[in-house]
Amino acid sequence: MSDSANLPAVETTTVTLAAEGLVKRYGDRVALRAVSLSARPGELVAIIGPNGAGKTTLLSILAGIQRPDEGSITVAPAGIGWVPQQAAVYNKLTVEENLSLFARLERCPDPGATVERMLELSDLGERARDQVGTLSGGNKQRVNIAIGLLAEPDVLLLDEPSAALDPRQRARLWEFILRLAGEGTTVIYATHNIQEADRYANQLIVLADGELLFDGAPQALEREVGTTGLDFEEAFVEFLHGRGH
Amino acid sequence: MRWLLLKDLRILRRSPLLVALLVLYPIVIAVLIGFALSRGPDKPEVAFYNGLEGQSAVVELGGDRIDLASEGQRLFDAIDPVRVDSREEAIQKVKDGEVLGALIIPSDLATNIQSSLEPGTVEVYFNAEDPAKRQFVENTIKAQVQSANAALTKRVAKEALKLLDLISAGGEYSFLGQSFDVLGLERAEQILAKARAELPAGSPERAELDRVIAFGKLARENLSFSDEVLAVVGEPIRVKATALDGGNTSLTSFAVALAVAVSLMFITLLLAAGTLALEREENAFSRLVRGLVSKTGLLVEKAGLAAACSVSVCLLMMAGLGLFVELDWARFPLWLAALAVGALAFAALGLAIGALTRDVRAASLLAFMLCLPLAFLALVPSGAVTPALYDVIRAVSAVFPFQPTLDALDAALNDAGDIAGPLLHLAGLTLGFGALGRLALQRFV
Repeated sequence: MSDSANLPAVETTTVTLAAEGLVKRYGDRVALRAVSLSARPGELVAIIGPNGAGKTTLLSILAGIQRPDEGSITVAPAGIGWVPQQAAVYNKLTVEENLSLFARLERCPDPGATVERMLELSDLGERARDQVGTLSGGNKQRVNIAIGLLAEPDVLLLDEPSAALDPRQRARLWEFILRLAGEGTTVIYATHNIQEADRYANQLIVLADGELLFDGAPQALEREVGTTGLDFEEAFVEFLHGRGH
Repeated sequence: MRWLLLKDLRILRRSPLLVALLVLYPIVIAVLIGFALSRGPDKPEVAFYNGLEGQSAVVELGGDRIDLASEGQRLFDAIDPVRVDSREEAIQKVKDGEVLGALIIPSDLATNIQSSLEPGTVEVYFNAEDPAKRQFVENTIKAQVQSANAALTKRVAKEALKLLDLISAGGEYSFLGQSFDVLGLERAEQILAKARAELPAGSPERAELDRVIAFGKLARENLSFSDEVLAVVGEPIRVKATALDGGNTSLTSFAVALAVAVSLMFITLLLAAGTLALEREENAFSRLVRGLVSKTGLLVEKAGLAAACSVSVCLLMMAGLGLFVELDWARFPLWLAALAVGALAFAALGLAIGALTRDVRAASLLAFMLCLPLAFLALVPSGAVTPALYDVIRAVSAVFPFQPTLDALDAALNDAGDIAGPLLHLAGLTLGFGALGRLALQRFV
């Protein structure tokens, strides 16, 4: 049974990000096979799939870190925030110094004010002068996300944002992300946590061996599997079995 | 404990690269240290051209015959002569690095000693590419020439004593086929005493007095002649030494250039490799290169930082060394040029290491492990290894920035040769390693 949280409403008329027929090869191995997707303002898009499915590859292409061998980004937002799986922060710098550095690199018009806003948004004001290396995994991840948000992007890409966080930290993280989506930011994230995808996604993208198996709402996936009495994770595994994975 | 030991051994067995490195690295370093610090073999290979071959090498002094060829054999006790057919061939062998030096005995050596009673001159050529090598060759040959001189000195001194005896006692003396009856100071004294006793004042016994006057003249000539002989006694053979390559850098000044080059290499390599690898280790690389900074811009920033830090440290180091060693501060712009271009080349190499290893510890270790062999390779003297191996060493040294940096610093600090060549070489290496680093960044994420 789907266990969706109280997700923000999605503005359905505008597409903020769209990609068509993305293909990526690493030598002989095909990591992505003609994957297409689109996302709207305030939408939470979860990319799920087994290990090696191509989730990170898809996100890194959307983030502009890698180029696709075929296909293209057909609708590109004005700004994309990128939050890699491992916190991309300088451990020897303080929270404030990290934010300030990236605010300047992002050419924010008023870096000082932007840093203040991010400290407030991430609720890290009290730890602003602490070196990031001394923070907990959860707080470090919040700095990581705050850096991705410095340029006030239309789309935020997160690669397994809650990995290695304890339940309390995970809850606070999602509270933070939902607030962003509520303000109209499109959030696309990859995750291994199926329950989390069920709970915090308007749209599910299921990848396996680089192939797009499903694109729709979590409830639609359950309907497609057609099994009642299974929880969402069981329904997902059943779905993969049904597709030969 | 036993299981831990077994586990570690198993891990080592499954890491053949690490084990090979652990075994091979100390061996390579030991061999290179041996080459670099041995100051050449016991008997340096020296090209030897004997201009006296096929002609008389005998000098006749007062009827005594001295064979210079046999005296010259003493030189070969200390060197390993590579016989050549001409002076030019000997010089070429030094230039090519096949031998440490060249010893040339001119064809007029015997004639000079015999006829003009001037010291004969042997020519020594050596490759002065580094002062340690130059000092080694120069000292070895000069020491042996001194030894030969000592042997000749005994013979010439014996002749000088005969002449002095002749002046004192008188007698027959042969020179250039003519015989002279030398009165001698002793007999002159007797004649003068007799004349003084027998002649009244204003006596015409002029003949006897004429003999005394003639003797006085001859005695003076003989004494003058003896002076010349005694002058030759001090140094019958002189060495005219010529450096074919490099400059006249003293060992101390060269040590300054070497110390600065080594410091520049260590600081720049470690800093450039470490800071680039750190960007990946902190996961910041992917965030930076997606529009915030270009990959090339990132490399330029790291190279600039590493070069600026190492140049600053090396300038401070030189200022400190300047308290103990005389440095020509008028050449400061050249020092700066050599340091800056050398640092950029090392930085480019460091960036290539950092980009290839993608890990701070691996990058630092590789950079550190490269430093020592590069320094030792650049110091291996040409005659210390076979010519083929030396060519390989030169080729390997040319691919890395240490040798050209050392040459540039030596030229900048000590006016030892051309600085433009090494600087251009370093600029080429900077571009080459920079391109390699940029290419390696493709798989850096």
